[in-house]
Amino acid sequence: MKKTQTSAQRYTIQRIGFGLLTITAIATVLPIFLIVYLIVIEGSPAISWEFITGYPSDGMRAGGILPAIIGTVLLTFGTAIFTMPFGIGAAIYLSEYASESRWTRLIRLAIISLAGIPSVVYGLFGLGLFVLFMNFGTSILAGSLTLGVMTLPVVISASEEALRAVPQSFRVVSVSLGATQWQTVRRIVLPEAVPGILTGIILGLERAAGETAPILFTAAAFYLPQLPTSPLDATMALPYHLYVIATQVPGMPTEIQYATALVLLVFVLSMNIIATMIRSRARARRQW
Amino acid sequence: MNKIDIDNFSLEYSDGTESLKNINLSIPANAITVIFGPAGGGKSSLLRTINRLNDLADVSRITGRVLLDGVNILDPTIDVISLRRRVGIVFARPVVLPLSIQDNLTYGLRMAGLRNKEQLHTAIERSLNQAALWEEVHDRLDEPANALSGGQQQRLCLARVLALEPEVILLDEPTSGLDPLSTVKVEETLQDLKLQYTIILVPHSIQQGSRVADYTAFFLQGELIEYSEGKTIFTNPKNKRTEDYITGRFG
Repeated sequence: MKKTQTSAQRYTIQRIGFGLLTITAIATVLPIFLIVYLIVIEGSPAISWEFITGYPSDGMRAGGILPAIIGTVLLTFGTAIFTMPFGIGAAIYLSEYASESRWTRLIRLAIISLAGIPSVVYGLFGLGLFVLFMNFGTSILAGSLTLGVMTLPVVISASEEALRAVPQSFRVVSVSLGATQWQTVRRIVLPEAVPGILTGIILGLERAAGETAPILFTAAAFYLPQLPTSPLDATMALPYHLYVIATQVPGMPTEIQYATALVLLVFVLSMNIIATMIRSRARARRQW
Repeated sequence: MNKIDIDNFSLEYSDGTESLKNINLSIPANAITVIFGPAGGGKSSLLRTINRLNDLADVSRITGRVLLDGVNILDPTIDVISLRRRVGIVFARPVVLPLSIQDNLTYGLRMAGLRNKEQLHTAIERSLNQAALWEEVHDRLDEPANALSGGQQQRLCLARVLALEPEVILLDEPTSGLDPLSTVKVEETLQDLKLQYTIILVPHSIQQGSRVADYTAFFLQGELIEYSEGKTIFTNPKNKRTEDYITGRFG
């Protein structure tokens, strides 16, 4: 039999345990701060009005990145247009209408599998289906559809979770007062779930905005001298532009690379902040 | 005149928890029928059958008939939405919808398609008066309903049902969360309401049952053990098990 520990020993073990846990917590936060710090320090000297609003020049070694910024904004909007109705619709179906069955288990399995597919595979899928088969060409439309399919699992899962968080008693009461199931969803359940759904959508779009592989073959252009004028035009985009200037252009000034990364980071982070604001605003407004 | 006739009715849930066995029971109109008994006896299941709320639950088997004005409401072809307007229910725990006080009250009417502001307002005032809540909330009808106290919320839930002017009101321990004063208010309200409505009450205590009952049924483990007119069951039970429950030997 082992000797019993003294109180002092047990306190020491507890201190070591907590100390180790603290270190793991710091270790996870540290990279985030380092990334932001590095990008801000290296990139901010190149940030200027001209950089944000100008066109690339000198083989992209100088000038601005406006076409890439506009392109990413357009692709994000396009993704939202495709992914929102299908994602929310599927979530309502799964949470409110479908009873647990082999069929819904199959749908859920499909959604989980979709979430696990590497983004470059989505790129190839988009190339095959939207660019070639449906003949949209390398275009904002094809890129948005590809990103939309990729974002669907995130939107569906987040929306379904938000819908399921609405208390069942609300549904029972609504139905007991003679409302149809559709009225119950439309008037009670959906309004309650909107903040959660919006947060999920924005987090999904955030990921789409930063992706390179899915737009590589479907939407992105290496360099375009003018802005796209139709959904069937190809476009420059921030993540792809970053990839290009980091790997494909010899003699590229590093501060332009970092400045591009900084713009992308600010774009994605501001979406994150908007999501948080929507959520807290909705919470404050409802109070119930 | 019987409002509801329950005829050889049995019910089972898929998980086998609660069930009802061969229930035969008549509910007279314009009276308070009290259904009491220990938990798990099938009282709530019976209430939720009468407005088909059990459709939302996992019911595996139903047999028999439940007649409302002579029409079998278990018939799959009946219009469940209008049935639920005729048979309102108030639950033990008040659940206010995440809406304002007045939108809670008019919810059922609006869902049924009523848009007329005047009619809606008449319904609000009438139902709040009937539920003895008008005095307390008439000047803040557009405030969120969940800002009300528990007792007020429960009376709001009652008013919300009354706003629909149903024919039958099912009350599932409606005063279980209320203080004695609010409970008295609700019980007095019931005495007024029964002139107009058919009321089925699952009381939150035997004492409450004995105070308000016009007809009384004792349920135990899914079976109707004893039925009596008036309150005689509380003072002079015929069945041994009823007596044991009332005198507190079990339950």
